[in-house]
Amino acid sequence: MEQLICRDVSLGYEGNAIISGLNFSIGSGDYLCIVGENGSGKSTLMKTLLGLIPPLSGEIVRGGGLCANEIGYLPQQTAIQRDFPASVTEIVLSGFQAHCGMRPFYNKEEKRTALENMERLGITDLAKRCYRELSGGQQQRVLLARALCATTKLLLLDEPVAGLDPMVTADMYALIDSLNKEGVTIIMISHDICAAVKYASHILHIGDVLFFGTKQEYLRSDVSKYFSGECVKR
Amino acid sequence: MSEITEKLFMYLELPFVRYAVIVGVLIALCSSLLGVTLVLKRFSFIGDGLSHVAFGAMAVASVLNVSNDMVIVLPVTVVSAILLLSGGRKAKIKGDAAIAMISVGALAFGYLLMNIFSTSSNLSGDVCSTLFGSTSILTLTSKEVWLCVALSVAVVVIFLLFYNKIFAVTFDEDFSKAVGTKAQRYNFLLATVIAVIIVLAMNLVGSLLISALVIFPALSAMRIFRSFKAVTICSAVVSVICAFVGIIISILAGTPVGSTIVAADAVVFIIFYIAGMIRGGVQ
Ligand SMILES: Nc1ncnc2c1ncn2[C@@H]1O[C@H](COP(=O)(O)OP(=O)(O)OP(=O)(O)O)[C@@H](O)[C@H]1O
Ligand SMILES: [Mg+2]
Repeated sequence: MEQLICRDVSLGYEGNAIISGLNFSIGSGDYLCIVGENGSGKSTLMKTLLGLIPPLSGEIVRGGGLCANEIGYLPQQTAIQRDFPASVTEIVLSGFQAHCGMRPFYNKEEKRTALENMERLGITDLAKRCYRELSGGQQQRVLLARALCATTKLLLLDEPVAGLDPMVTADMYALIDSLNKEGVTIIMISHDICAAVKYASHILHIGDVLFFGTKQEYLRSDVSKYFSGECVKR
Repeated sequence: MSEITEKLFMYLELPFVRYAVIVGVLIALCSSLLGVTLVLKRFSFIGDGLSHVAFGAMAVASVLNVSNDMVIVLPVTVVSAILLLSGGRKAKIKGDAAIAMISVGALAFGYLLMNIFSTSSNLSGDVCSTLFGSTSILTLTSKEVWLCVALSVAVVVIFLLFYNKIFAVTFDEDFSKAVGTKAQRYNFLLATVIAVIIVLAMNLVGSLLISALVIFPALSAMRIFRSFKAVTICSAVVSVICAFVGIIISILAGTPVGSTIVAADAVVFIIFYIAGMIRGGVQ
């Protein structure tokens, strides 16, 4: 079943298109990897998919009974103020913000799931720490835990492993993969083409040439040749 | 010592003293709850900005010969607050720059209007009263006190009910929108509540005190505490205690109420600042 469909979408800022004529669709349970050079518009595409930026033309349709509050999101950069007082637990719990509807407080179940997600990412011991005093990689893991709390059907990740050490990176990929196996649709932006080829079911290549297709189609296409180098040949 | 307490109890028997304590403490509580968000959103000076807007609106009202100028002042101020606050992160001009622009613009415009149409003989007196409060906190009527109590209860209830959403939207608006929170709605709600409280408090205690009540407790709490919840609770407690102590001291020592409360807040800030430095050094 199609969860997200892009029909002839162009996107950009203030009327200047960065990408135009984009057509693709993602079915539930897919694992889509978005690749492309710096500044090619990957993050912009993700924000457009999330409805944070309106598309300049074309339409993005949400299907398969997907509601906004079933989506999780890991931003590439967050403009979080340097002096914002927020503990790790508070931030992870805020992933549930759209689940509780008009209920003012988080329930036991949500608090437990938040703890589980923190455990999964190895940040349980940071629970009481202040977010702004963490290292970049630790902050990334906190935001990932928050994204995991938010998602039940679709998870959008903008460079999830940027800033993570190799151990955690491997764990991270395994975790995303297992979520995908549980039925969560994944849309991930990555510069790690090896991982993209290893885990993804579909690839969207953004740049001078647009490409969308399954991983096998991508590996056979010309687009992959000059972009992805050695991982693909193996 | 017993002499002082005796004097204190004697004063507390007086209704206007009780009114001042009630209103002062409640406004301190509300503004400190909202203050944390305002400081984090870079709107520390909103009280000051809005009072200038109110002054501009007052000038318009007097030029138009409107008898009850609140009819114009209240809506104009509330609308400016909403425009300032609900712009969110997308606003082209935001935070301090937007406030400065609106406040200086409204002040100049109001003064210009008043000068050209000069209906009032006491121009500088009018300007002064909008900055320091048109009524003194010691001359409140029981109607004003009840209005303040009702609004404060409403503010505290709204704040508690939406506490988690307010935190989430203030912390990361994009994420909130991405996961389906109606962030704009909460920005709007927050802006309305803040506007109403500021307009009310501006008339009761003056905009100088409002700015101080918004800024000091939040900044003091942020010196020591590192989580949103702790900062919010601490700033509310600090604000209430300072307002209470400030009013009592001002009554006993005969000092101006507003300035005494601000002084108490400033002293606490210095103490917390030093405590934060010591704690930061130990860790
Ligand atoms: N807020 C903005 N306003 C205007 N232009 C922007 C804005 N943000 C990004 N851009 C421009 O849009 C283009 C695409 O940016 P985007 O962040 O989507 O790139 P990206 O593919 O995610 O790059 P990276 O791999 O570095 O993350 C860039 O040329 C950038 O200059
Ligand atoms: Mg990017």
